[in-house]
Amino acid sequence: MSTASVATLAGDRTGGRKAGAAFGDDRLWRWLTFSPALALMLLLSVLPLANLFVSSFQDITWAGGDSTRSFVGLSHYRALGSDALFRAGLVNTFIFAFCAVAGQMVLGLGLALLCSKVTRGRVLYRAIFILPILIPGIVIGAIWKLMLNYDFGLINQGLALLGVMQHDWLGSAETALLSVIVVDIWHWTPFCFLLFLAGIESLPQDIFEAAKVDGAKPWQEFRYITLPLMIPTIVVTFAFRLVLAFKVFDEVYLLTSGGPGTATEVVSFTLYQRFFTEDRIGYGSAMSVAVIFLVSLLLVIALSARRGLGRT
Amino acid sequence: MNGPVSRQGRIAPTHLVLVTAAAIVIAPVAWTVAAGFRTQISLLMGEFLFSPVWFNFAEVLFSKTSDFLLNYRNSLIVGIASTALCLAVATLAAWSLHRMRWPGWIVHVFLAWTLIFHMIPPVALASAWYAMARPVGLDNTFIGLILAHTTLNLPMALWLMSVFVRDVPRELEEAARMDGATTPILLRHVVLPIIAPGLAATAVLTFVFSWNEFAVALTLSMKQTATVPVAIAKFAQDFEIQYTQMAASAALSILPALLLLLVAQRYIVKGLTQGAVK
Repeated sequence: MSTASVATLAGDRTGGRKAGAAFGDDRLWRWLTFSPALALMLLLSVLPLANLFVSSFQDITWAGGDSTRSFVGLSHYRALGSDALFRAGLVNTFIFAFCAVAGQMVLGLGLALLCSKVTRGRVLYRAIFILPILIPGIVIGAIWKLMLNYDFGLINQGLALLGVMQHDWLGSAETALLSVIVVDIWHWTPFCFLLFLAGIESLPQDIFEAAKVDGAKPWQEFRYITLPLMIPTIVVTFAFRLVLAFKVFDEVYLLTSGGPGTATEVVSFTLYQRFFTEDRIGYGSAMSVAVIFLVSLLLVIALSARRGLGRT
Repeated sequence: MNGPVSRQGRIAPTHLVLVTAAAIVIAPVAWTVAAGFRTQISLLMGEFLFSPVWFNFAEVLFSKTSDFLLNYRNSLIVGIASTALCLAVATLAAWSLHRMRWPGWIVHVFLAWTLIFHMIPPVALASAWYAMARPVGLDNTFIGLILAHTTLNLPMALWLMSVFVRDVPRELEEAARMDGATTPILLRHVVLPIIAPGLAATAVLTFVFSWNEFAVALTLSMKQTATVPVAIAKFAQDFEIQYTQMAASAALSILPALLLLLVAQRYIVKGLTQGAVK
């Protein structure tokens, strides 16, 4: 279950309790087993993020492997407020994340419900649906760059057969973001499907049998039994996919590079440009800190939503 | 509504929808793989029927201007090394956190940090890592990239291994202790055999996510250490895109995933459904 790890994080209290007798080599091995992970996290996550935080108050220039830093106070953060690209990136990322994840939820749940009803072929369906999860994001970008190509893409070819005009899906501002959303739905619906199918399979079967005996119609069964039981899984999956959709980068990098104009500018891409195209490390750091703050905020909301549901 | 006829009547549309969904999943991949066997002209003309050619694959794999075999090797090195390292670190830590009586707050703070870390856009980390790697000469090295991928996948591996480690009966561990087993013996002969299937599931996912990772690989590697996704992204940035060669390299890049899907589907499902909030 997707909720398992979340439960590990939010609800597990067995770590320090239920102690057995103490053993001689315990203290040493306790540290030996934990310290590699602790060292890795301190060195490669806490330290670089602290570094990022410090850099966000500085102007940094690199010259021949050495950096010169000068303190600029809050000016980077002030500049963020009037950065049109950053604002466009935030808006697009929100639209993208919300629409894509909502689509994945609905389709994933629908397919999982259907799949749970069939006995023959369920394993085969599942095997097929896993495929997109395993494909690199950049390759998914490549696949859909071909599929959505104006001249020879399968989508426009199919539309031509139906007598519909060709359309420049990625090149026109009205459909570029929509196209990226559809690609993301194609990419991650299978994942939601898989989690929901596992969730449905783990529901107690006797309730469904009792409902059948009482003459419940399939729709009633879904409305009054499956859906209420699945709500916690649905909410948690939604919240966490939403937060993770904020990381979107690979597909956008390959499909549109943020264009046309700022139509598909997403925060990760804005960050990438500030850091690596424009070399504005201090300003990019401030932007990163702002994004990380936003993500943490979303995470807190997601976790408290989960806790609220856990009580009922 | 309960007769066998109406039941069949309901199942048939169900299969119709599922088959359609499966087709929507497969079609773009199949069409792209097919494009790898076309000539550029055949693709641009939009011919429906074409005679397959090996030219694109030969060009991608063996032409002097292409580094794809090198990229493939690099991805394998980084993927295998970071998976091994990540599994070792994550398994030990998961076991330690759940079985070695750490104070509750340490467990909570550490796990909460891994969750926050997992949510941070890799692009933000990439720049910070690059700034750290450059002064110590770890940019453009496998070690830098392996460490980066290990760290990126550590949260997921840790949560997954936590689930599996907690399935090990406590009584079994305590009995082994009573018989005088030291920690290494306990881990090797009691814990490891029980968590082996979970370890396999975690290994498959960790490898796949390392193989797929792009943003960090893009910034921490150069020509000699570039991985497969970095190479494929290059195609899209050429002034005149070699579509058929891009398709051929895309096809080659999903071979490991297809192989794993055939031989380890059980583990992939287990890993994805038991804790991966990827």
